[in-house]
Amino acid sequence: MDLSLLPEILASTIRLSVPLILACLAGLWSERSGIVDIGLEGKMLAAAFIAASASAVYGSAWIGLACALLVSVGLALVHGYASINQRGNQVVSGVAINMLASGLAVVLGNTWFKEGGRTPALSEAMRFMPIELPGASLLKGVPLLGGIATIVSGHSLLTYLTFVLVPLTAWALSRTRFGLRLRAVGENPHAVDTAGISVARLRYQAVIIAGVLCGIAGTFISTSLSAGFVRDMSAGRGFMALAALIFANWRAWPALAACLLFGFLQAGGNYLQGVHIGEFEIPVQFINMLPYVMTVVLLAGFIGKSIPPRASGIPYIKDR
Amino acid sequence: MAGLVRSGISLAIERMGKWLPAFAGMTEKMGGAGNPKSSNTVPAIELVGIDKRFGSVHANKNVTLSIAQGSIHGIIGENGAGKSTLMSILFGFYHADKGEIRIKDKPVRIKSSSDAIAHGIGMVHQHFMLVDPFTVLENVVLGAEGGALIGPALAKARAELTRLAHDYELDVDPDAVVGTLPVGLQQRVEILKALFKGAETLILDEPTGVLTPDEADHLFRILGTLRDQGKTVILITHKLREIMAITDRVSVMRRGEVVANFATKSTSVEELAEAMVGRRVLLRVEKAKATPGETVLEVRNLTWKDGKGVARVDNVSFSVRKGEIVGIAGVSGNGQSELLDVIAGIARPTSGQVIFEGKDIGVLGDPAHVRAEGLAHVPEDRQHRGLIADFDASESEILGWHRDESLGKGFRLDRARVIARARAEMEEFDVRPPDPLLKSAKFSGGNQQKIILAREIKRDPDLLIVGQPTRGVDIGAIEFIHKRLILLRDQGKAVLLVSVELDEIRSLSDRILVMFAGRIMGERGPGADEREIGLLMAGVARDAA
Amino acid sequence: MTGARGELPAWVDVGLIPLLNLIVALVVAGLVVVIIGENPFEAMWIMLQGAVGSLKGWGYLLYYATNFVFTGLAVAVAFHAGLFNSGGEGQAYVAGAGAATVGLGLEFLPWPIVIPLAIVVAAAIGAFWAWVPGLLQAKRGSHIVITTIMFNYIGISLMQYLINYWFRPVGKMAVESREITGAYIMSFREVARAFFDIRLPSAPLNFTVFLAIAAAAGVWYLLWRTKLGYEIRAVGSNTEAAIYAGIKPDRIIPIAMAISGGLAGLMAVNEVLGVQHRLVLEYVGGAGFVGIAVALLGRSHPVGIVLASMLFGLLYQGGSELSFAKPGINRDMIVVIQGLVILFMGALEYAFRPWLAAIFFKPED
Repeated sequence: MDLSLLPEILASTIRLSVPLILACLAGLWSERSGIVDIGLEGKMLAAAFIAASASAVYGSAWIGLACALLVSVGLALVHGYASINQRGNQVVSGVAINMLASGLAVVLGNTWFKEGGRTPALSEAMRFMPIELPGASLLKGVPLLGGIATIVSGHSLLTYLTFVLVPLTAWALSRTRFGLRLRAVGENPHAVDTAGISVARLRYQAVIIAGVLCGIAGTFISTSLSAGFVRDMSAGRGFMALAALIFANWRAWPALAACLLFGFLQAGGNYLQGVHIGEFEIPVQFINMLPYVMTVVLLAGFIGKSIPPRASGIPYIKDR
Repeated sequence: MAGLVRSGISLAIERMGKWLPAFAGMTEKMGGAGNPKSSNTVPAIELVGIDKRFGSVHANKNVTLSIAQGSIHGIIGENGAGKSTLMSILFGFYHADKGEIRIKDKPVRIKSSSDAIAHGIGMVHQHFMLVDPFTVLENVVLGAEGGALIGPALAKARAELTRLAHDYELDVDPDAVVGTLPVGLQQRVEILKALFKGAETLILDEPTGVLTPDEADHLFRILGTLRDQGKTVILITHKLREIMAITDRVSVMRRGEVVANFATKSTSVEELAEAMVGRRVLLRVEKAKATPGETVLEVRNLTWKDGKGVARVDNVSFSVRKGEIVGIAGVSGNGQSELLDVIAGIARPTSGQVIFEGKDIGVLGDPAHVRAEGLAHVPEDRQHRGLIADFDASESEILGWHRDESLGKGFRLDRARVIARARAEMEEFDVRPPDPLLKSAKFSGGNQQKIILAREIKRDPDLLIVGQPTRGVDIGAIEFIHKRLILLRDQGKAVLLVSVELDEIRSLSDRILVMFAGRIMGERGPGADEREIGLLMAGVARDAA
Repeated sequence: MTGARGELPAWVDVGLIPLLNLIVALVVAGLVVVIIGENPFEAMWIMLQGAVGSLKGWGYLLYYATNFVFTGLAVAVAFHAGLFNSGGEGQAYVAGAGAATVGLGLEFLPWPIVIPLAIVVAAAIGAFWAWVPGLLQAKRGSHIVITTIMFNYIGISLMQYLINYWFRPVGKMAVESREITGAYIMSFREVARAFFDIRLPSAPLNFTVFLAIAAAAGVWYLLWRTKLGYEIRAVGSNTEAAIYAGIKPDRIIPIAMAISGGLAGLMAVNEVLGVQHRLVLEYVGGAGFVGIAVALLGRSHPVGIVLASMLFGLLYQGGSELSFAKPGINRDMIVVIQGLVILFMGALEYAFRPWLAAIFFKPED
């Protein structure tokens, strides 16, 4: 492996970390409001499926995105209803949503496209394609700058949007009325209630934001990262995002860093295939394992201790 | 000094009034109480015919109450008299089934807390409604941000806080993180929150329960100033002395009803006490003189620090002998709970020793091993610790002793024996119903406590440590529990009793230790003057160490 | 306290509510069938026919149920300790390596040695795969739902590697081990033919089903008749009371997870030694996740779990028949039903309680 590959690996890192970042932000909004969301994975998967299906049928990635958002928010509302109105177990609800999404995607995909649960391969118009930044091609070949151009340019609109959403999230949480109330409801819903603010309304808003972000993440997976849907293609990213969220202590900027780290592991892994250490060829299976092992290591807190929002996962009950 | 005394003692001696008027007099001299300044004839708030039920509990029965503008109005009553429910209705937390709320003569509908706030009502809850990781400023502006961005509101609140600090002695660092503040300051933040939202009427629900004497004293000064500036204050408490010290008028509640209204100046502690409890049943426990034997438990220079490094138990030394009951008196939250935890092996001492029958059990740090040494423990919090609500009574009856070989050899747990033992113990301790298969959660408080007491006493311990044995327990059960504790003592066992009920400590104990701020302030005999114990509990006096 | 959580008669709680939730889940699943353009009643009839309309159907139903009893018990034991083990899938999968190693490596030994040993080794490996997340939860506070799911993914890669590089004979194209030629667990069909000269239709049901029943009984005994079971339930119901009682959650959590993983690992015995007689890729096929639905539906009680397992066995077997008869309805329909059962049983558990409470409690006074 030589150093000249580095810009490409980093560009790939950015691409691979996009769904993680979006899912992580989704988890951040949800959990900061006190709703634990194990169902990020399922929402992303459902969105990936619907985005690919709708763009295949209607020929537009944008229609795909719109439909994906609808479905992802729909699932988010189911989770919200179970967690907020019914005060159900939030973890169980999330697990149920993951399963529903995984099953429905294949069942419906099979009915609609008869390709064993896949969607047809998407053409360029049906995808969010890379955008060359102006001037980037001029820099090709220039030392250093050329490398930077390779890293920064040539991503899809959704990627650039993602990198705007990180500072936006950080700003909204710390500086806006909505952010203040949302953080408060995740720590002490009683304080919010007695201040005359509706706990349920705030939590629904948070859950819907999570739905939107997962919708974008799913759309990105099937229409930008790949060109179509295959079963279970979210591949545990929702859970990695949760691990990154915990590692980031439920804050936006550290979450970005954690997700980029995961992205780098995946990107680097792809370039490691077939690499030998002496006589020994690293089996591809071990490379595939890496992000999951990394997740466990992060969760084990060997790198730092994190404190979740105090009210997360606990249904709000007005006591007397 | 007088101020320190009055607030500290109040916490302990709620029901005793003989010497209290003297204290009220002292406050008077300090300017703590006086006539309402305002002679406004329109009441700030009127509650008319408020009625509220929770299932079978009739929490408020046709309550009518009028609160004068610019006064401090006390509402007094025992636990469960319906005071908090009434105020929660006024603050829009619950909705009355019947009745009307009038503010300045106008009927209003208060559907939620935001309505109440809009009508100028602010509430300081017994359990603070604060967001711990937030700064003081953020807590204050929550719900009153005034726009989509919080920047301007924070700036406004900063200015307002400076003003309030000046006007009412309400100093708090606006940038401090609330969770790191002591409770007294947290309470100030609660008051600031209400004032920032424009509260004209401030409701305080049992505000001194968590305060040190100093902090309580400061609070009363603030309330006085608020009243003098024309605000209306409603003070909910079950402490007579507070009522006498700072209120202008007082309403007494009993079993959901307002049973009496007085002008504070024209009433007395005795009159209020009688109105509060009705015809009072005095608890008398018959017992012979103790014949203490050898020392069973010796605590030496015991210190326990919490996660933040605060010494909750601070260099405590004492001993308990066979055949005696040693009572630890004190305002709740002064380290008694932590002391019990360390002795029971639930927490490990930071330094010092717990010598039980000649062996240092502090180093074990394991409740199972401590039990095996012959120590039994009735925990303070019976719901969360003493039993398991989902388990049936027979299973709760063996909690902590379930490894006992008599319940099954080796790994086995012989269900028939568990049930048989539970049935026998439940019958002996008069648990009703004596059904070992009934879920623990379904027993009343008193019966749950008997289940726990039976479990611990029947293990024939050399030392029983008991926390709050009769909290939330009906009179009949209290008497029973007290008798069993005396009986245990008369059988030559040692008992260490922790209770915030001074009555209970005095009637049961052979020696009384008083705890304050993690330290033992002194030791007294059972015949000691209440006032003397009160001074120790308030942390004012301390015996030479 | 609140009306919705009031006490209902026991039979309502353990019988009627699960039944109602199950019916709602099935109705919603029926709607999905309608959406994909099929007749749900016809679909149901085909499923029932396929699963219980013939001996062969029953043979498959009980074979599936065997797997689900193991994974359902695994989830239930963890539930009783207050833990959510969502890694049954991975635990059952890696355990297969153990069962196969014993089965393939000790072919020269008689079955009374090989089979028990294979059972123990499979359980031990499954236990280990759950014990590690348990330990991380107890000592490091790692979110057990996420760690167990990560262990599923790690298990998949690990097994791919092991089967590819260790178990696959040189030159064999299919990614699987060679066939076990020594001891294996006999199917009902073989036994009937060998000992009773009865011809049964071909079905994978084998003697592991008795191991499943024994496991259910064992779990019941463990939880309600042993001191360890008492401690597990105490930690799960009220951690603070458990600590007061001298029970150490740090110690109990890894143990409970190990027992849970061991039960999931037994599923490998059914598949490797009872049905496939070799180690194949991805043989768990979602049974680990079915365990979650089964445990919730069976209210974490062994008897309920056995019944719920049979129901899911019916759905699985009926589902395969259905996907033959109606290619439009994919087998993954079962995953949808699972999701719905978990949603209605687990997260919307109380949705019907206010109604039922209104029916069972006439207004007071």
